[in-house]
Order: sequence, then C-alpha cells, then structure tokens
Amino acid sequence: MFETFQVLRDSFPYLLQGAGVTALAVAGAMAFGFLIGIHIAVFQVYGPWWLRRMVGAYVWFFRGVPILVLLFLFYFGLFSLIGINLSALTSVILVLGMTSGAYQSQIYRGAIQSLSYGQLKAARALGMSDTRAIVSIILPQALRLSIPGFSNEYSIILKDSALAFVLGTTEIMARTHFVASRTYQHLPLYLMAALLYFILTGIGVKMLRKLEEKVRIPGYSHHQG
Amino acid sequence: MEWDFIVKELIPALNRGVANTFLLIIPSASIGLCVGVLVGTVRTFGHPLLKRIGDGYAALFRGTPLVIQLFVLYFGLPNLGIYLEPYVAAVVGFILCTGAYQSEYVRGALLSIRRGQMLATQALGFSTFQSLVWIIVPQALRRALPGCGNEIIYLIKYSSLAYIITFIELTGEGKILATRHFRFTEVFLSIGIYYLIMVTAADFGLKKLEKKLYIPGFGRG
Amino acid sequence: MTNPEPRPVLQVRNISKKLGGKQILQGVSFELRKRELKVLIGPSGGGKSTLLQCINFLIPPDEGEIFLKGQEIHIHRKRDLYAYRQKVGMIFQDFNLFDHLNALDNVSIALRKVKKMTKTAARDRAVVELERVGIGDKAELYPSQLSGGQKQRVSIARALAMDPEVMLLDEPTSALDPELIGEVLTVIRNLAQDGMTMIMATHQIGFIRALADEILFMQEGKIIEQGTPFDLLMPGKNSRTQAFCSKLQELSEEPDI
Repeated sequence: MFETFQVLRDSFPYLLQGAGVTALAVAGAMAFGFLIGIHIAVFQVYGPWWLRRMVGAYVWFFRGVPILVLLFLFYFGLFSLIGINLSALTSVILVLGMTSGAYQSQIYRGAIQSLSYGQLKAARALGMSDTRAIVSIILPQALRLSIPGFSNEYSIILKDSALAFVLGTTEIMARTHFVASRTYQHLPLYLMAALLYFILTGIGVKMLRKLEEKVRIPGYSHHQG
Repeated sequence: MEWDFIVKELIPALNRGVANTFLLIIPSASIGLCVGVLVGTVRTFGHPLLKRIGDGYAALFRGTPLVIQLFVLYFGLPNLGIYLEPYVAAVVGFILCTGAYQSEYVRGALLSIRRGQMLATQALGFSTFQSLVWIIVPQALRRALPGCGNEIIYLIKYSSLAYIITFIELTGEGKILATRHFRFTEVFLSIGIYYLIMVTAADFGLKKLEKKLYIPGFGRG
Repeated sequence: MTNPEPRPVLQVRNISKKLGGKQILQGVSFELRKRELKVLIGPSGGGKSTLLQCINFLIPPDEGEIFLKGQEIHIHRKRDLYAYRQKVGMIFQDFNLFDHLNALDNVSIALRKVKKMTKTAARDRAVVELERVGIGDKAELYPSQLSGGQKQRVSIARALAMDPEVMLLDEPTSALDPELIGEVLTVIRNLAQDGMTMIMATHQIGFIRALADEILFMQEGKIIEQGTPFDLLMPGKNSRTQAFCSKLQELSEEPDI
C-alpha cells in the first residue's frame, strides 16, 4: 500500500509532463482538423460536383479506417515514401488532424445547412461575392452553432491521442506504460492516467462552454437554426 | 509490389486476422447493445440509486480512453490476482465501453418520447409493462437507431486496439507482416481497405434498416 | 336531444387535488347518467383538465371516490385500474396519437395488446370505427400525414373501439385551426345523438346550447354553477355562466355546426 503511494507520488510530475505533450498534440490536431474541416464543409455545400466528390472520398476514407492503422500507415509508410522525415509527435498531430478534419467537416456542414438560404441571398443582394458572403456572413453564424459539436470532437481526439504511444510519443500513456513496466504497479498507475484524461476532458469542455457563452448572440441558438 | 507477396502472404494473413476481428466485433456489439439498452432504460426510468450508478458508469467509460480501459483489464487486474486472456480482456473492455456509449443514445431516445404517448396508453388501459413494450420502446429504438448504428461502426474500427493487448486480429497480423518484410505502405493500405469494406458494408446495412423502419414524420429527433 | 336514464353510470364524489402546492380541485362532485352529455366550462386554470384526468386516474386524486356503475374504483388494484380505464374513453386536447403507428394501427393496437383480440378481428373493428368518424380512406396514413381534425377523429375512433361506457373529452377542438373544428364537433354530435355518455370540457357555445344536458361551470377548483343550457344561458338569466359566455363570444366568432 505504502509502496503504491510512493510510486504514484514519484511518478506524478513525470506523468504531468506527459499531459503537457498530450495537450500539445490535441491542440495541434484540433487546429489542423479545423483548417481541413472548414474547407471540406464549404466545398461540400457550395462546391462544384467534382470537388464535392473528392472531399466526399476524403471523408469516407478517414472515417472508415482506424486511427491505429492510419498512424502506422503514415508514420512508417507514406511520410517516408514521399521523402519527408517527421518526428513521432508531428506525425501524430498530422494524422489525428486529418482524421479530425473529416469529422469536423460534418459538424460545420450541418451548421451551414441549418442556416436559411436567405442569408446568402441577402449578402449577394448587397453586392458581396460568394466567397466574401461565406466568410463574413455564413461562417460567423455556422461556427457559433458548431461549438457543442466541436467540444464533443475535442473529447474524442483527446482519447484518441492516447494511441500516440504506439509511435513512441512521450505523452501520458507512453509514460504510464513505461513506469508501470518498471514498478509493476499497473493498476494504480493506469487509474491515475485515466484520472488525468478525465480532468483534461473536463477542462477543455468547460473552456469551450465559456467560449460558447462569450460569443453567444441573444436569441440565436440551434433551436431556432 | 510483387504479386507473390500479396497472394501468398498478405491476403492469407489479413483473412486470418479479419476472422479474429469478427470474433471480437460480433459478441462485443451484440452484448454491448443489450448492456446499453438496459443501462439506458435504468438511467431514464430506474430507481434513483441505480440511476446514479448508471450515470457514473457511463461518465467513467465515456470519459477515459478505451486503450486505458483495456490496459486496466489486461495489465492492471493481475495486481489483484485476476488474470484475463487477451481475447477475454478485449471483449469485456469493448462491451463495457460500447455499452456506456449505447446507453447514452438509448437514454436520449427515451427522453425524446413525448409524455402524451404514455398518457394515451394509460388512458386506454395499458399496463406500464405493455406500454413500454408496445409503444415506448418501439419508438425509442427507431430514434436511437442512427446513434446506435454509428457506435457499432466505431466499434469495428476500435476493435483494432485488441492487438495492443496481444490479441492478434486484422491490425495485429498486418503489423507483424509489415515489420517482418518492411513493407508498411502496402500492408497498412490493404488493412485500411479491409476496414473500409467492413465499415461501408455496416453503414449500408444500417441505412437499409433505417429505411425499412422509416415512418413518415417520425425522424431523427 | 337525448333522454338520460335515471341510473348513474359514473359518480364522482368529493375529488380534491393539490399540484405544486396549489389546490387545483376542492371537493368536486357530480354524476353522469347513461346517455347524458355534461359540459365543463370556465376560465382556464379552473381545474377542468385536472378533473377529467383525475376521473381516470391519469392524475391520482388526493381525496374522493369514483364509482363506475356503482362499483368503487380502487387505484391500488392495478388490474382493476386497467380494466376501468378500458371502459372510460379519453380524448386529449393534443390528440396523443401514437407517432409510430398509422391510423389503423393506432385504433387497433389496444384491441390487440390489451383486449387480446385477434389481428383480423381488431383490424375489422378499427376499420368500422374509422369509417364511423368519416376517415376510412385515411387508414394507412401516419399521424404526421393527417390534419389536426383528422388526427382528433382518429383519436375518437381509438377510444370508441374500446366500447367505452363513458367518454371524457378534454377540449377536443381547442388545438385545431378554426376551419377544422366543425368536422370534429360533427363526430361528437353524432355520438351524443347515438346516446354515448360523455363529459366534455369545451368552449363551443353553439354546441353546448344545442346538445348539452347540463352545464357545470368551474372556477378555482369548484363547480360554482350548474344547470341546463336553458337555465344558465337564456337571455336575462344573469348567471356567471352567461357572463363568461358572452365574453367568450365577443372574443371569437364560432363556426356553425
């Protein structure tokens, strides 16, 4: 019992550093996924048929293949095949980001489609180009509506990031596994890691709810979409 | 890429793996769904104490990564003197995790049924059990179907985690082969195609089922 | 109109109910004789809807007794309660059709699952009832494909199929667009003329004048006035009912039935 306590206490700072790496990976992946997702969503709603087809195939691929397989495929295979040498952490960010982009696109697409067509027409009537109208009128509304979905996606990516340890990234899971295999205190250590993820989920979700409140426009919510 | 490698090594290995993947998915998905329906119903209509327990279970398993849950079962439980086979640990982990997510969809669906539906059954003299069986549950299952179906598709993909706790299924077979021959791109692309086929087929089947159960004006919400 | 028999079918004695700290019903009593149509009117919040829901125990009353054909109903005997509710038809303001069943199955499901009739027998009966309310041709349609008036007629058919001794109607036309009220009132008028025993909350004054055997005026959880339409609504009677009804008529033109 005492030994367990000692192991937990000694390894806690080490695992906490891992939480920093996890947070970095998740933030990077969410940001990269946002860039991809927002473009896909706009292409899927407003793009010509061939572009819709192409991004549709992208979404189909990244939503149909397990993260684990994607991590192996890109890190050991495709990235070196095209001659770039990336660190494990960068690879994790790119792969999680590409996957998240596929999922995020569906959140933004749903939000864009829930806006009335009159919004776009009104913008055009004022002489805006379609691109300008999408950037200045459509997206500011759609993104507000997307925050709950984004928050959900955050907690999924956070959990998926635990798989990064298979590439040797030194995030929470990898460090926990490392300490556990040395001290044989598997159960308490994994439970502590679980607690860290639990807390990280809570912090992120809370921050996003704050954001949602901050950018809220009176009388404007999903129900009135 | 030589033809020989694909026909003689890759495809047989992946087929072996996919059989094991099915061994994981089928019991996990079906038992997990039952757990979800049971827990979801308890979380909606149950005794306050049971409700609490159900909520706690769902929050715990939805709030932590599946890989940790598997590690606790496979590497952690031996600390308590409980040793699980890799296959058993994987299936138990999948059932517990997917059950927690399924319970969320079932609960949401049950909560979405209008109160008037229950009133109308009571006014016609249905017993509580009769109204659950003939009116409430058939409505709730239709509402929950898209979510529950999605969860099964997630499960197909996340079954790949079983290889991390040494149950060699599709991803595991591929990893072994890729490492031995140092052919990562071909092997993992092929594995990807296997998963894409499974996921697309499941998606197609679920859409079919949704269409079959479609009722005008009784949509996803 | 109808000629009620002296024997009461339904006796309601001293019903009281408190909801959310507010006394909604304060010792309400009345009797309903066979073939009689009684009408509940009064300002909203006066307890009409609660009273009707107390009668078949959708809301269990705090106090009071209810007798059907002289038999007291005990809510704790589940079997008796279910049997009693089968004999008391209820029509809701907002219809409460089963959203996942078409019109025919909405009418037949209770016959099959509660009364344990065979599929064909239940189906035949449902067809008869749907035709009786004038929508035999809508049997295959789902609730979302029906107009409000059609929905309410399905719900009346659903109640009639159970062969009720009494029907409770809770403002059956108040959720309907004005042009659809007439078709539902026509169905109810036919029921009254066929001798169905009914108690109905409604504000359709033309209907009340023409068909009600007695009016119960409810306010603040009590019946504060009761009598025939002749007694309460004739010009110069100076009743509270009269005052309430003329205010209603000022506010809305009602369709002829």
